[in-house]
Amino acid sequence: MTMSASAYPSAWRPPTIFGSPGRRFAFWALFAAYLVWSLSTLNVDTARIMAGLPRAWNILVRMMPPDFGRWQLLLTGMVESVQIAIAATIVGAALSIPLGIAAAANLSPRPVYFAARGFIVVGRTFHEVIIAIFFVKLFGFGPVAGLLTLAFSSAIFLGKMLAEDIENMKPGPVEAIRATGASFGQTFVYAVVPQVLVKTLGVLIYRLDSNLRHSTVIGIVGAGGIGQTLSASFSRYDFDFASAILLTIAAMVALGEWFSDWARRRLR
Amino acid sequence: MTAHQLPHRPAPMRDYPDRWERYSARERLIQWFWLGGIALAAAWSVSALDIEWAFFADAHEQAADLIGRMWPPRWSYLPRIVQPLIETLHIATLGTMIAVVFALPVAFLAARNTTWNQGTWLLGRSILVLSRSINTVIWGLVFVAIFGPGPVAGICAVAARSIGFIAKLVAEAIEEVDAGQIEAVEATGARTLQVYGVAILPQILPVLIGTTIYRWDINVRESSVLGFVGAGGIGLLLYASINQFAWSQAIVILIAILGIVIISEAISAYVRARIV
Repeated sequence: MTMSASAYPSAWRPPTIFGSPGRRFAFWALFAAYLVWSLSTLNVDTARIMAGLPRAWNILVRMMPPDFGRWQLLLTGMVESVQIAIAATIVGAALSIPLGIAAAANLSPRPVYFAARGFIVVGRTFHEVIIAIFFVKLFGFGPVAGLLTLAFSSAIFLGKMLAEDIENMKPGPVEAIRATGASFGQTFVYAVVPQVLVKTLGVLIYRLDSNLRHSTVIGIVGAGGIGQTLSASFSRYDFDFASAILLTIAAMVALGEWFSDWARRRLR
Repeated sequence: MTAHQLPHRPAPMRDYPDRWERYSARERLIQWFWLGGIALAAAWSVSALDIEWAFFADAHEQAADLIGRMWPPRWSYLPRIVQPLIETLHIATLGTMIAVVFALPVAFLAARNTTWNQGTWLLGRSILVLSRSINTVIWGLVFVAIFGPGPVAGICAVAARSIGFIAKLVAEAIEEVDAGQIEAVEATGARTLQVYGVAILPQILPVLIGTTIYRWDINVRESSVLGFVGAGGIGLLLYASINQFAWSQAIVILIAILGIVIISEAISAYVRARIV
């Protein structure tokens, strides 16, 4: 018997996640093919991008000392955004309770359950900006449309989370309270609420934070808040004011996120 | 007869309520305090918004009018939106790809155990905060100003927002890697980059892939509206249709967006379930 000398590789290679070299090759080939296909259909105007690079520098220079001179305008817009976010979270939370109960398979009858789930799936699909357009059409330009937009999407998000929490709760307490002869309302208050309250509050705080983020964009379609001011300053090439707005938004959103993390950690 | 008879204790001088109450008076006070605070916040936000209640009066008529104009959908418009829909998917996909490339180094900078010093950590964290706190659509405004309207601005906007999202979750994963593997690879005399590649990368790969795919499906949804600020995709046509009051076209576009968003969400959920 002779030993085969070439059986062992002389250098170690880390194992690939693709399982076999063939599959790795196939993956990268598909990847390259996708890049070629997508870039060729996108009709990217290279000349325009090349022209954009010095322009980017120019815009950056014009942004550079951010102009906080019109701080009153900035403050009004920011306060409006915060107000939209807070009001929308509260209204959305109120609306999410019936929606969440209706969408929980263990509490609601089948037809109601399917209707509520369908509503959630369709409502979740559309970006807040699209929903905002409809509310602007129904209620006119201004913060009301923004408030209703965010209340609508918050209700759907919170309703979905609430429904999932209700479905995952322990059935024991519900049965026990029902056995005392409690009505549906009493069962909900004494058996369901205590089980889902803490988690729901956490989700609510999270949603307040994300409403704050969204309230900065819906102004682009005229639904109030700082987005309107920002969009106007961009279309007027008012870049130093725009950069002031951007920095303020970034600071406020970061602050909101920090608050939301802190509050949720305290809840646990 | 028991030897140890219980000593007689006088009944405690305390009234027990006849009815069971779930909360004590103090708990109830705190609850009212919270409710009052929330009510105040709501009152302040709504009152200062300076709401034109007259608009509420005819909202239902407006809604009926809108539905009347939307129905029936103009299905003949469908072939014209196929190309913009594909462009929307491309914006989301290419933007996510670019984001991954930039997110990896940022994640290593922003993770405490792989960053070089306090300064680089701060740099990484600032990139995270800046990228994450500005919405994709606002990034779209910025890049349209730079590159002009078109899908390139959209791709950059998606990438700019996703870098922070992916890097944050990956940085958290890096901070939680098993230190033993790093030590083992270091003991072989590997350089820093080799340690990152051989000891850390395989450990965070599931998180990286999962986060990327999750972000991709969010990005499909986001890129459907990037056209509103001129950054390419189906949003451009939707905005144009709405501005021309062509609601029967708008509904076709909305149904198409519903379709691609649900499909991409299903793909994303399927792939993530297989990885984890």
